[in-house]
Order: sequence, then C-alpha cells, then structure tokens
Amino acid sequence: MERKTPLYDVHIAEGGKIVPFAGYLLPVQYAGGVIKEHMAVRQAAGLFDVSHMGEILFTGPTALDTLNHLLTNDFTDMPAGRVRYSVMCNEKGGVIDDLVIYKFGDEEYLAVVNAANRHKDYAHMAANLLPGTKAEDISDSVAQLALQGPAAPAVLGSLVSEDKLPKKYYTAVRDVDINGMKCMISRTGYTGELGYEVYTAPENAVALWKTLREAGGEHGLIPCGLGARDTLRLEAAMPLYGHEMDEDISPLEAGLNFGVKMGKSDFIGKAALEAAGEPSRVRVGLEITGRGIAREHQDVFIGEEKIGVTTSGTHCPAVGKAVAMALVSADRSAAGTEVDVDIRGRRVSAVIVPLPFYHR
Amino acid sequence: MSNIPAELKYTASHEWIKNEDGTVVIGLTDFAQNALGDIVFIDLPQEGDAVTMGDSFADVESVKAVSGVFSPVSGTVSAVNGALIDNPALLNEDPYDAWLIKVSDVSETGELLDAAAYEAVCKSEEA
Repeated sequence: MERKTPLYDVHIAEGGKIVPFAGYLLPVQYAGGVIKEHMAVRQAAGLFDVSHMGEILFTGPTALDTLNHLLTNDFTDMPAGRVRYSVMCNEKGGVIDDLVIYKFGDEEYLAVVNAANRHKDYAHMAANLLPGTKAEDISDSVAQLALQGPAAPAVLGSLVSEDKLPKKYYTAVRDVDINGMKCMISRTGYTGELGYEVYTAPENAVALWKTLREAGGEHGLIPCGLGARDTLRLEAAMPLYGHEMDEDISPLEAGLNFGVKMGKSDFIGKAALEAAGEPSRVRVGLEITGRGIAREHQDVFIGEEKIGVTTSGTHCPAVGKAVAMALVSADRSAAGTEVDVDIRGRRVSAVIVPLPFYHR
Repeated sequence: MSNIPAELKYTASHEWIKNEDGTVVIGLTDFAQNALGDIVFIDLPQEGDAVTMGDSFADVESVKAVSGVFSPVSGTVSAVNGALIDNPALLNEDPYDAWLIKVSDVSETGELLDAAAYEAVCKSEEA
C-alpha cells in the first residue's frame, strides 16, 4: 500500500496525475505536461514535492568517524553548514545508495537518501555504526519541497531576508522563518539549475507549498512532477539510483570519482574498488542522431560488437534532442564514437558525447 | 473527462477508426494522448506496407513512455500522415484530426466499440 506525502490533497487540487513511486503516491505531472514543467524550471521556476526522500540523523562523538567508515566521500574537513554528496558502497564496491550529507555540528549530521532505499540504507547504517554514534530514521518527521529555476532566489528572497538565503551551491541555512514556519533552506537540487530545497515539519508542508506558490506566481513558478524531475536530471546528467548505479555498478564505473576518496584510510567497499582497478566500463552520454528515442536497458553496438547498455534515456526538452546515458566498455567510450542503439529491435544511430547534455 | 466523438468507432487499446468509403482511417484517442502526455516522436509505416489486425504498426513516444499503436484491421496502408513525423505534438493538440494512417483493401476487421462502450473502457482504466 502506497503512502501519501503531506501534500497529497494539494497535488489533487492542483490537477496532478498521481502515480505510485518508491512507495508513495506522487504526481508524475500536472495539467500542463512534462515539457512545460521542464521549461519552467530552465527559464523561471518550478516547485516539487520531494517529501518522499528519506532522512537519517547521525549524532554522537564518533558521528564523523562513522560517516567516513560508511561512505566513500571524506567529511573530515567539512565545515558546519555545508552539504556533501557521497555514495554508500557494499563490500563488493557496488552502490547501496547515493545521498547527501548535511553537517549541522561536529556531532550532528543529516543524511538524505533515496526514498526507495530508505529502509535498506538504514539497516546497513545501523549495522555498521561505530560505538558512540546514534542513527535515527527521521523521514516521517521531515517534509521537503524543491524550488528550482533561475527565478528561485527572487521567489524565496521575497519571503526571507537576504542573509537567510544560502549563497553558495551545497550550503544550507537552518532555522529560517518563512511565514512563521521553521525551515532549513539548502542550495541544492536535482535539476542542473539554480535552486533550493526547503525542509520543514510535515504539518507545515501545505502552508509552505501555498506560500511558495503565491510568492512564485509573478515569477512564472508552476508545480512540477516526477516526469520533469527525471527529464531535468537526465539532461543535467545527474545519476539516478537503479539506473546509472546499483549494487552491481561501482561508483567509479558510474563516473562519480569526485565523491569517492580513495586516499581516505578506509571505508566499506574500498578494498574491492582498489582490487578492481581502472573500471573496464564507464558511463557516457549518447545523443541519438537517428530517428527514435532510446530508453533504459537497450543494447549499444559498434557494428556487431555489443559495447554496453543504456541506463536512462528520453527526449530532453531544453536541449531539444533524444539523449541517453549508457555504461559502455572503457576502450570504446571516446567522445565522437559512432554507435547504434537497439531500440526494440531497430538499430538507431547515436554518437557518444561529453556529459552533461545541458549546462546552465 | 476524455473527448469521445459519437460518430467514430474505437478499440479497447485506444485507437479511433473512421470508415471513409471502404478506406479505414486510424488514429489515437484523446484518452490515449492524455495518458501518454507530451508526445515527442512517432514511427509510422510507409504507403504500401501491409498491416495485420491486432499487430502494432506504429510506436508513439512521449517524454514518459512508449506505446504501440495496434491496427484493428488487416489491409494495405494507402496514406500516412507525414505531418506527424515533423510535429508529433499534433497528436496531443487535436487527436481526432491527427490521423495516423489510412488502410485500404481491408480483408478483416476486429471488434470495434461504439462511443458508449469505449467510454466504459476509459472509465474502468481511470478507476
């Protein structure tokens, strides 16, 4: 049985088309459709309900050591108020999940994880805590709205004073008052566009949504669903768990080296990643040059040689092209390489291109 | 609520059919375009190709999904709506004007629904 976020009734009232996703009932799109929502985020602003995301709070004197043990990134020199992306690996070096860590203080960190992986993640974290760290799944007491797009600073700026808006990408400001609601404003997102993610208590979610909708009206803000969230992140080449990475794909194969600190003394999966050496397959971008749209799990060929498989694909509205990401043999991965994608039995031409497809 | 013109026939797989003096015109219903969302690509057969009752003759892709379009008749493609290749969004804008193909030399026809019966199909899928 799927659960509802605190905004379920709002989505219905806004004309949202509801689908089950990661155990929740969420809008895949509203009346205007995915392309309109996508372009609103690229040109003005969009508002997403991302309350389904999981939040796990780490506290205690060894919280830092626990995170450095559990996760591939290094949190040692991280200042409070910063946000850092990481991967969580299994012992084989495969990806259990990708997530972001907020540092609130030397003994307090928040992990934000994919909704579909929340219980799996928590079980793995709880089983690998160092003595002196407590992990608590607080997902049900956190609602999250994503306000994304070039107009996002103007929208939020009309509601809070300038100093409460995080200035730098991957920073956050806590305890911000928005119309009497206590929020955390984070300069993060999953769209490749300037924007914020706003965290608050579930009982504030509806009022916060309405406040942002009202403030955004004059800036062209519209509500956006899961469909646009996917096309936006794909266009920006942001990886999605279960597509570009999973328990059998390493973070190095997925091209997430920036979040994997092999120089760190140890973390779960490090030995396996070291043993595997240079990845034999890598994530690349494909631009479809023939007629068709590649989707996930379609084979990629050079002539009769299968070199890999697509992990995500669609038509991306802002670049106006059909694009895909694929895992292909490292020695066949050079930009400019001409390939074919097997789209339901039909070979369609494509070319390997540098990622991302869209740069703001 | 979907627009379901009374003068057309329908299939349970969301195609509409119009008979023009023995030539069968096939399109996608309003319900189908609405379920697919923004349509960005269509792959159509060519004039002279054979279509077979119950088989897919076209792929329609939206940003979200791909769907086959199934022929309710067997026969020969006598015309293709080439405008859709360049502008597949026509299928969203006016699904009953944006026909896909016309089929002549029809040798067999599957079960067709009238507007009332098709509306019942749509209702059951919405529930």
